[in-house]
Amino acid sequence: MKFFLRRVAFYLFTAWAAITLNFFIPRLLPGDPVQSLINKFQGRLSTDAVASLYVLFGLNKHTTVWQDYVTYWQNLFKGDLGISFTYFPTPVSEILLQSLPWTLALVGISTVIGFALGTLAGVGLGWRRGTWADNILPVTSFFSSIPYFWLGLIAISIFAVNLGWFPASGGYDPATVPGWSWDFISGAIYHGILPALTIIASSISGWILSMRNMMVTVSSEDYVTVSQAKGLPERKVMLGYAARNAVLPSVSGFALSLGFIVGGTLVAEMVFSYPGVGYVLFQAIGSKDYPLMQGVFLVVTISVLVANMLADVAYTFLDPRTRAEG
Amino acid sequence: MSVQADSGVVAGITVDSTPVLAPRRRRSTLGIFRNRKAVIGLCILGFFTLIAIIGPYIAPYDPSATSPDSLQPPSPEHWLGTTITGQDIYSQLLVGTRGVMVVGFLAGFLATIISVIVGVTAGFLGGTSDEVLSLVSNVFLVIPALPLIIIIAGLLPSAGGVTIALVIALTGWAWGSRILRAQTLSLRKRDFVEAARANGEPLWRIIFFEIMPNLTAIIASGFIGTVIFAILSEVTLAFIGVTSISTWNWGTVLFWAQSSQALVLGAWWWFVPAGLCIAAVGTSLTLINFGIDEFVNPRLRSTAANAGVLRKKKIRARIGFTPVYREGEPAASRTIPAASRTTKEGVNA
Repeated sequence: MKFFLRRVAFYLFTAWAAITLNFFIPRLLPGDPVQSLINKFQGRLSTDAVASLYVLFGLNKHTTVWQDYVTYWQNLFKGDLGISFTYFPTPVSEILLQSLPWTLALVGISTVIGFALGTLAGVGLGWRRGTWADNILPVTSFFSSIPYFWLGLIAISIFAVNLGWFPASGGYDPATVPGWSWDFISGAIYHGILPALTIIASSISGWILSMRNMMVTVSSEDYVTVSQAKGLPERKVMLGYAARNAVLPSVSGFALSLGFIVGGTLVAEMVFSYPGVGYVLFQAIGSKDYPLMQGVFLVVTISVLVANMLADVAYTFLDPRTRAEG
Repeated sequence: MSVQADSGVVAGITVDSTPVLAPRRRRSTLGIFRNRKAVIGLCILGFFTLIAIIGPYIAPYDPSATSPDSLQPPSPEHWLGTTITGQDIYSQLLVGTRGVMVVGFLAGFLATIISVIVGVTAGFLGGTSDEVLSLVSNVFLVIPALPLIIIIAGLLPSAGGVTIALVIALTGWAWGSRILRAQTLSLRKRDFVEAARANGEPLWRIIFFEIMPNLTAIIASGFIGTVIFAILSEVTLAFIGVTSISTWNWGTVLFWAQSSQALVLGAWWWFVPAGLCIAAVGTSLTLINFGIDEFVNPRLRSTAANAGVLRKKKIRARIGFTPVYREGEPAASRTIPAASRTTKEGVNA
């Protein structure tokens, strides 16, 4: 229980740090983003919007930084992340609410599949170390050196443009209305296959490598030798004794690499014009939509923190030693 | 297949008695050149470093110069074809190499310095300073790096190479510092550090002459990992158009390819070579890291090595074999198959 409380305290602190960072970054950097926006919109911004922008960025000279900070938190708790410019005058929070389910579905499904497949493959490769299976490792290291977006470009070029098997962009069939209809859901799955496959393909190699590495290390442990000597079936030794212990660092590594996976998924969404948070971020960058960019960062960070907490819980279930500690 | 000869009894004892201890610097630097994978990696990296230096001078065309030859496939005049505005893609890649390499290595260098300072200090001092420094690095470890980099780079008025390197370094040091802290924690309890302390050596001397030489391999490995991360981040930033698109790097080439609908036009020569260049540099760095990793983790090496020996003896290597097999006289020479390297950093690289 103490362990849980400590972890919760850590995540609360991290969330606070991320939100504070998000507040201070525009203040620490040179230039005046509001002014450049006003110039860009040339009178199309209402005076209210300009004023709220200055408050949002803390460039309102009449208030202290501390007052801005308090206001920022108050707005945050009200769910007010400012107003977007790309979709003026829609609030940022509304845009994020629309795009978040797409990202969560895509990241969630592809991450779990990638982790499961990679870990299983790593178990197999670690089991057969010193054989032909070792030749797969250079291939996986090549795959982990490729940027996500390039793999996506190649996949679009082959499977969407040349072969025409999958749509090249979008998250659902434009002919259907979003809702719980079969037409819409099947279209959404169809559109999600190619992005999901590229995310799996580029994240899987990391899991294979770390799992194989741990399998090789664990294989020389005494309990594995004992279970082998007892004459237990090989499958049971491999999965029940070796893999169960070898998977622990992968689970904690899983939590840590979530940030990388989400980052990669953002880029994948940009490539595939998938209607998730990443695509929103892409449009925000294109039109210098600072409130939207910061909103995306907040949402992504908090999702990663929540996912990390869940991974921590899973870790305590898998490893009795962490429970005994607390 | 590389043979690593332990130099006499002393080296043999070092390996056997302290299995986690990284070997002495001289041995590890020499050993790198005996590792086939590391040598291949160094060759590829050397090639791209050369291109980074001479690329702009040997480029046949001005990479930004437009010409009437729109969307030409590869030909003797344009080795890698042309863009939709008739720019020579081969020249763009040659000129763009420098930006990629400079930012990658600069960011890797800066991030390594931060991670060494934070990690070694936290591990060596312990107590409150350890708690605070570990907390900070854990926070940076959990916050997703790429969105943070995008935000900072996007807010900067005109983010050039050095700025991007700084931003990447500021967000990419946490992983290395965590590993360094763990290793320093184990090192500071060792006898030779205690002995140095008893001899009254000053703190800076203990850190720089007793602790640091034993961390060289880990620092090098962390450096390489950060360079990969930096190159991928930089190229990604250029691709999504956050950084200045007027300077050439491989990401910029891909940015223009994407924004000019190269995919739909079927202009594969526009986006395939740049991606292959990135992958080649990344793979070369990963291969070098495999070589370094072998020296950091001797236990892994001996297990893998024995698997190879057993395989040669037609014995199937499987879980449960305790690796005690020794070939020839003990500690004289050991055969290591080059094809069984792993890395712990694969996930984050």
